[in-house]
Amino acid sequence: MSAQVPVKTHFREVQEELDRSGRAIFRDKDGNESLVIRFPYSIQYIHSYAEDSPFFLGLADGKLKGSRCTKKGCRFAYATPRGHCMVCGSATEWVDLPLSGKVHSWTTCHFGSEAFLKETPYNLAMVEFEGFGSLLLVRLKDAIEPELYVGMPVEARFNPDPKYLVTDVWFVPKR
Amino acid sequence: MPPRSPPARSRAAKRPPTRLTPPSKGRRVYMVAGGVTKFAKAHPEMDFRLMVKRAYDAALRDVPNLTKDRIDGTRISYFSDHFSRQLKAASMVQDYLGLNPKGSVRIEWGGATGGECFQAAYEAVASGRMDVCLGAGYETMSRVATWKGNEFIALASDTNFDFPLGGFYTGYYALMVVRHIYEYLRLGRFAHVKDEREAQRLAIAEGSRIMSMVSVKNHLNALHNPYAQYPKRLTVADVLASEMISYPLTREQICTMSDGAAAVILCDEARAKEFSDRPILVTGVGTGTDTMRLADRPFGKVPLMPRETSSDYTDLPYPGIHSFRAGRSAGLEAYKMAGITDPNRELDFIELHDAYASSEIQTYEDLGLCKYGEGYSFVERGDPFLKGVDYGFPTPKAGAIPVNPSGGLIACGHPVGATGLMQGVFAYWQLQERIPKHFGDAALQLPSPKRGAIHSHAGTGSAVTVSILERGYR
Repeated sequence: MSAQVPVKTHFREVQEELDRSGRAIFRDKDGNESLVIRFPYSIQYIHSYAEDSPFFLGLADGKLKGSRCTKKGCRFAYATPRGHCMVCGSATEWVDLPLSGKVHSWTTCHFGSEAFLKETPYNLAMVEFEGFGSLLLVRLKDAIEPELYVGMPVEARFNPDPKYLVTDVWFVPKR
Repeated sequence: MPPRSPPARSRAAKRPPTRLTPPSKGRRVYMVAGGVTKFAKAHPEMDFRLMVKRAYDAALRDVPNLTKDRIDGTRISYFSDHFSRQLKAASMVQDYLGLNPKGSVRIEWGGATGGECFQAAYEAVASGRMDVCLGAGYETMSRVATWKGNEFIALASDTNFDFPLGGFYTGYYALMVVRHIYEYLRLGRFAHVKDEREAQRLAIAEGSRIMSMVSVKNHLNALHNPYAQYPKRLTVADVLASEMISYPLTREQICTMSDGAAAVILCDEARAKEFSDRPILVTGVGTGTDTMRLADRPFGKVPLMPRETSSDYTDLPYPGIHSFRAGRSAGLEAYKMAGITDPNRELDFIELHDAYASSEIQTYEDLGLCKYGEGYSFVERGDPFLKGVDYGFPTPKAGAIPVNPSGGLIACGHPVGATGLMQGVFAYWQLQERIPKHFGDAALQLPSPKRGAIHSHAGTGSAVTVSILERGYR
């Protein structure tokens, strides 16, 4: 009856058939048949960085911007900027981060989201900065797994051709 | 030994948290039924509505006196509209179950979606708004390829600062466990090693070995659970040799994508006696939260469990990225409500959100089963293992407090919106001593358990729920 749609009994074969012809019938062990099709979905968002914008504009100028609470007696300093202080709720002001810091933790991703699979393996590091109470998550380049360690001194590099993404900055081992 | 190097501590983080109003217990709430579908890589033969229907029908089979008209309303959970490719999917579940026009609301709270759904149903009954509430949840993760699924999950991290770096939750948990290993193994049992890099290498190897023991435990326990997705007998060497996903986490230390559904029915005391000969009482609920970005986690003081003192943690910047403050907060609230002061002795088991073997170990500490820093030794001693099971290595204290006797997420699977409810169902069967009936196998039935906990956890510990269940009959 469904001769024009190939019948498969394993889910992996269904996936392969979808890649080939865009349709398949999955027959389970009880003989139930389910029609499976492909359904594409893509979006181009209009994404505003809003109050975080100076950070991303700063990267294009070779600057790392954090923020600091403006309230006297708090003055909490954020390495990843926040518009308002999470401790006291006051507004923050923009401050420049040092361009070097230390690895607080690290990993090497051998897999990733589909969007980033082609970039694997890549290193992620959380960097701590002198005088700042929070950390910054970055890509760590020019170093491989056996060379990485907690406490490693690292410094920032900037993309000369900015894409206005957080990946416009990355860190490398400090020379 | 290198100095610990926490960034400057915040002044306010030193102040103890204040609660304006004491928690109200409300009415006594009982669980009287639970059902799950088998969790699987894919259920293309069932859409989300039919999957929940199957779990719901399984729950109703427990309680022949409980007909549909006795259900006052529902709480329905699923994590991701992306996975469902159907917005307002909870309405379609309500519709398919034939429960319109009763009240319902969709619950979503990241990885803790199922645990939140359980507590939302609890609250509906405790408040007196409903006498009988159905909590049901599902996830259909097979609808996209695995690495696309990872992308969807990673969209539950900050899309300005975190996602564009690689958008990968296993990477985030790897960052956390590398620091956990540093704090407690490098600065602990490898403190004597002078060469910094060598010390860290040894510490990570040790941590990886111990995480693998957790993976072996959960996969092996699941051999006796017919609902589990990946039951298997593994060795520590097998786990270590499985594919490296994000250093140091290997494939067998990580849960996978699943399709599945689960349902629970909660009710007040009068109806519990009417519906069930073995009702289970919910005696504690707790929740906690933390910053979405790991980078923002504070370096403050440890909120203490009843048996801990501040001198236990004089030099520990907390939670940093090594521990889950949300988990501790949820545990403290739930224990206080249930009157638990020594969870290790007063709980007979825990169904714990082990999305990663690392986070199971971190969570032992958050929940006060051992002190911060003792999680690795806790595994090596065997406390969270089942008694009388041969795991292929010594577990001298096995049975002390079994964690994930069902196999947990690592072996059962993690269809997000169902997972926390699945834990509720397994805990319910344990406390009723009906594991043999539902699993067709008595191996996982603990001897006369009186009280257990279920623990549900959202991305990088941004939200956690803990609920305490106790035998509610003589």
